Amino acid sequence: MLPNGEHSVKVVSLVSIGRHPQSGRSRRAEQDGRAVELGLKLAGDNLTVVHAGDSQEPVLRQYAGMGLNALTVLSQEADGDALPLMYDFLSQSDANVLLMGIRAESGESSGMLPYLLAEKLGWPLLSRVADIVHINQREAEVLLALPRGQRRSVTVSLPFVATIDNAAIEARQTAFGPGLRAKINLIENQKITDDTATAWQISPAKPRPKRMKVVKAKNAADRFKAATAKPAGGGGKIMKNETPAEKAQAIFDLLLEEKVIR
Amino acid sequence: MILDWLLPTLIAVLLVLAGIGAVRRANLWRAGQAEKVDVIAGLMAMPKRYLHDLHHVVERDKYMSRTHVATGGGFVLAMALVVLVHLFGIESKILAWMLLGALTMMFCGALFVFKRRINPPSRLSKGPWMRLPKNLLVFSITFFVLTLPAAGVLPESFTLGAMGNWILTIVLSVLVLLSLSEMLFGMTWGGPMKHAFAGALHLAFHRRPERFGGGRSTGLKAVELASDSNSMTFGKIHGVAKPSDFKWNQLLGFDACVQCGRCEAVCPAFAAGQPLNPKKLIQDMVVGFAGGTDEKYAGSPYPNKEVGKAKGGVDQIITEGLISSETLWSCTTCRACVEECPMMIEHVDAIVDMRRFLTLEKGETPNKGAQVLENIIATDNPNGHSPASRTHWAADQNLKVMKDVKQVDVLFWVSDGAFDMRSQRILRSFVKLLKAANVDVAILGDEELDSGDVARRLGDDATFQSLAKRNLAVLSQYQFNKIVTTDPHAFHCLKNEYGGFGSDALKGVDVLHHTTFLNQLIKEGRLELDAFASNGGKVTYHDPCYLGRYNGEYEAPRELLASLGIKIAEMERSGYRSRCCGGGGGAPITDIPGERRIADMRMEDVTSTGADMVAVGCQQCTAMLEGVVEPRPVIRDIAEILAGQIREPKEGERV
Ligand code: SF4
Ligand code: SF4
Ligand code: SF4
Repeated sequence: MLPNGEHSVKVVSLVSIGRHPQSGRSRRAEQDGRAVELGLKLAGDNLTVVHAGDSQEPVLRQYAGMGLNALTVLSQEADGDALPLMYDFLSQSDANVLLMGIRAESGESSGMLPYLLAEKLGWPLLSRVADIVHINQREAEVLLALPRGQRRSVTVSLPFVATIDNAAIEARQTAFGPGLRAKINLIENQKITDDTATAWQISPAKPRPKRMKVVKAKNAADRFKAATAKPAGGGGKIMKNETPAEKAQAIFDLLLEEKVIR
Repeated sequence: MILDWLLPTLIAVLLVLAGIGAVRRANLWRAGQAEKVDVIAGLMAMPKRYLHDLHHVVERDKYMSRTHVATGGGFVLAMALVVLVHLFGIESKILAWMLLGALTMMFCGALFVFKRRINPPSRLSKGPWMRLPKNLLVFSITFFVLTLPAAGVLPESFTLGAMGNWILTIVLSVLVLLSLSEMLFGMTWGGPMKHAFAGALHLAFHRRPERFGGGRSTGLKAVELASDSNSMTFGKIHGVAKPSDFKWNQLLGFDACVQCGRCEAVCPAFAAGQPLNPKKLIQDMVVGFAGGTDEKYAGSPYPNKEVGKAKGGVDQIITEGLISSETLWSCTTCRACVEECPMMIEHVDAIVDMRRFLTLEKGETPNKGAQVLENIIATDNPNGHSPASRTHWAADQNLKVMKDVKQVDVLFWVSDGAFDMRSQRILRSFVKLLKAANVDVAILGDEELDSGDVARRLGDDATFQSLAKRNLAVLSQYQFNKIVTTDPHAFHCLKNEYGGFGSDALKGVDVLHHTTFLNQLIKEGRLELDAFASNGGKVTYHDPCYLGRYNGEYEAPRELLASLGIKIAEMERSGYRSRCCGGGGGAPITDIPGERRIADMRMEDVTSTGADMVAVGCQQCTAMLEGVVEPRPVIRDIAEILAGQIREPKEGERV
C-alpha cells in the first residue's frame, strides 16, 4: 500500500509542547501527536520529528516514546521565533511532506505557523487533514476532514504542508523505555527573538458567555435532529458543473461581499 | 541372588542420574537475573517452612494434607533408609524394620493419592500425574518385599526354585527400575516428582521470605528505572520480556508447581471465561525457561484457547508465541491464587512483571489503558479531571486542610473517589462519623494525588514511582499520627508500597483502613451507634481483596457490623477465600472479554446467601457490584451503614 521502503518520500513532523486543558500541565499535543502518528504510518523509521525549543523539555520524551529512534531539536529560547529556524532546517533538508497540528496548545496558538511556513517554502498547504491514503514520489491522495464526519478527497503533488485534524488517527501510546532511549539531536541556532511578540502584554482570556440553545423539540427524535442537523445558514452554494472561471468569479465576489478584499 | 548386586547398582546409577539432572535443572534457573538470597539461612529454615507454612496452606484440604504427610514423609524416610540398607548394605534389623514402617506409611498415603486419581476433579492435571500414584504404590510394595529378608521375616535363602527365582528377580528388577525412575530420575528431569526437589529449594530461596512464619508480603517490588544520567541502567529493558528477565528464584518458584490447580479453582478471571488460568500460566513459564512447547500440558487450558500451540525459549519474548498478552491483562491482581497456592508461588508478581514490559517498553496497554495512564500523568487522576476540582466534594464538609493546619491527629486520605459522585457518598458518611467521634482530622485537599495503584498494576511503574515520590514529598511537610483511607487500594499502596523511596513521611505513622479505625473508635467508646434494624433482611459482607488478602484485615469490618447487631450471613467464599469483584488490577480498564462478568458472579455469591444487603469496605467494589443489573441486593459501604446509625445526643445528654 504505502511505499514504506521508498526513501524518496521524506516526511517531517513538527511537534510542539501541548497543554492539558484541565491541569494546564505540559503534555504531548493532541494534534501534533497525530501528526507523528501519521508520519509513522507514511515513513516508519524514516520519519523525522522536529521541535523548536528546549531540548531538556520532558514532554519530548513522550513523543519519542511513540517509537522514534531520534528527535531533532532546533534550540530556541522561550521567546524565540520558530519560523526562521524551521524554514532554515526544512530548506536545507530534502523533506517533501511536512505534517503538524493545526495550532499549538500553548504560546501564541495563532495557527499561523503552517501558513507562514508554507508561504516561505512555496509549498501548497492542506489544512485539516484526516488521513493520507496514498503517497508516491510525485503526489499524494489526501482526505480532508469536514464537519460532521464528512471527508473530501484531494490529490496534491509533492512537496506539501499538511495540518492534521482531530479526525486523524489517534496518537499511539507512549512508552517510557523507548522514550528514554531515543537520541535527541540538538541543532544550535543563533538566537532569534520574536520582537513583536515580546512587546505584547499577555493576560488570561475571559471565557465568552455561551449562547443558550433553546431546543423546542418535544421528543427524542427531534432533539437528535436538532443536535445533528447542519446549521441552516442560508448563503453559500455548491458549484459543481460551472467552469473554473465561473467558480473563481464566485469566490472573488464572495470575498468582496464579505469585505475580505477591497 | 542377582538382586544382591543389581539392586545397589540400580539405586546408585539412578542417584547419579538424579544428581546430574539436578545440576542441569539448576542451570536452567540460573539463566534468570541475579537476586541476593541468604543461602545458609534459607536452607536451615527450609524444613520449618515446609512443615509450618506450606502445610498451613495444604491443611485447608484435610484429605490432601494427611495424604501428603503419609506419602511424602514416608517416601523421604524410606528413601534415606533404602540408601542405608540397600545401597550401603548396612545390616541392621532395626533399620530394616524402620524401612518397612516408612514404606507402609507411604503405601497407605499412596492409596489415597490413587483414590483421588480415580475420578480427579478438573483442576488437577492429568497426563504423567495419572501414573504417579501407581509408581508410588509400586515403589512401596517392591521395596517392602525387597526389605523383608533384611528384616529377617523371610530367610535369606528363600527360594522358589531356579525358574521362580529368575522370574521373581526380573519382575522385581523391572519394578525397582520403574518406580525409582519416577522417584529419583523424574525428580530432577522434569517428571511429576520435580515439585519435591524444586519445591524444597523454592521454600529455601523464596523471593519473599517475609511470608514465612505467618508474615505477609504483598507489596509489589519496584522496577529499577533507567535514567539517561546513569550509564549503568541506560539501555536497560524494563519489566520482563523473556524468561531470562525474571529473577532466578522466580524461575525456581515456577518449577515448584505441583499442578494441583487450586489457583485455577479460585481464579475469578478463569471462572469468568477470560483467557487466564494461573496454573497454565505457571506451566507456560516453565515451558519458557526450559524451552519447548506446551504440548505435554495435561490440565485445563486458558478458557477458549487451544493447548499445544505455545512455544517458548529462555531468550524468546514471552508474548510472542508463549502466552498472549490478553492472558496477562485478564488478571485482577486479587491474589486469590497466591493465597491458595500450597507451593507459595507468586503469580501476581510474575504477571505484573510481564505487564511492565508491555506498558513501559511496548506501549501496548489495551483498551482504555493508554488513556487512563495519560490522564494520570497529566492530571494525577485516572479520569483526567481538573486537579483543582479534587476538593469540590468537600465544599460543604467544613474539613480542615493540611496546608492550613500543618499538624493533626488523623489525616484522611480521600483518594480518587473524590471525583466520583457515588464514592462521595461514602466519603461524606465517613466524615460524618469522624465528626460524631470528635476526631481531629484534616485532608490534603488538592495536594493529594492519585495513589498510583492503577498505574502500577497496569505496569507503569515509572508513573507509580513519580506519584509515590510526590505524595511522600507532600506528606513529609506535615505532622500526623494516623493516616486513614476508605479506599483499600490506596491503603495498600500507602502501607506496603510507599517504602523504599527514601522518605520518612510515613515513619511511625499508623496507616489504617477506615473500618479498622472506626472499630477502634467504637472500642474506645468514642462513637456511639444505634442498633441496625434490618427489618428481617439478611446482610452479608464482601471482603475486598486489597483489605483482606493483601492486608489481613478480616475482623474489623465484621466487628463493626456485629456492633450494630448485624449477624452476617457469610458467603461461601469469604475471608481469605473471598472472590474478587473484578475491579482490581486495572481489569475494568483493560476490559478483556470473557463469557461472563466477574461482578455478576460475585453478586450471585451474594444472592445465594439470601441477603438483601451487601456491606463492602471499598468504593471500587461498590462501583463494580452496583454495576450489576437489578434486581439485586443493595450495596452499602460500612461507613454508610454506620453513619445511618449515629446516636443523636438526646436533650440534656452530654454537652
Ligand atoms: S501454582 Fe500453586 S496452586 Fe497453582 S497449580 Fe501450581 S502449585 Fe497448585
Ligand atoms: S490474582 Fe486473581 S485474577 Fe489474577 S491470576 Fe490470581 S486468582 Fe486469577
Ligand atoms: S475492588 Fe474490591 S474486590 Fe475488587 S479488586 Fe479491589 S479490593 Fe478486590
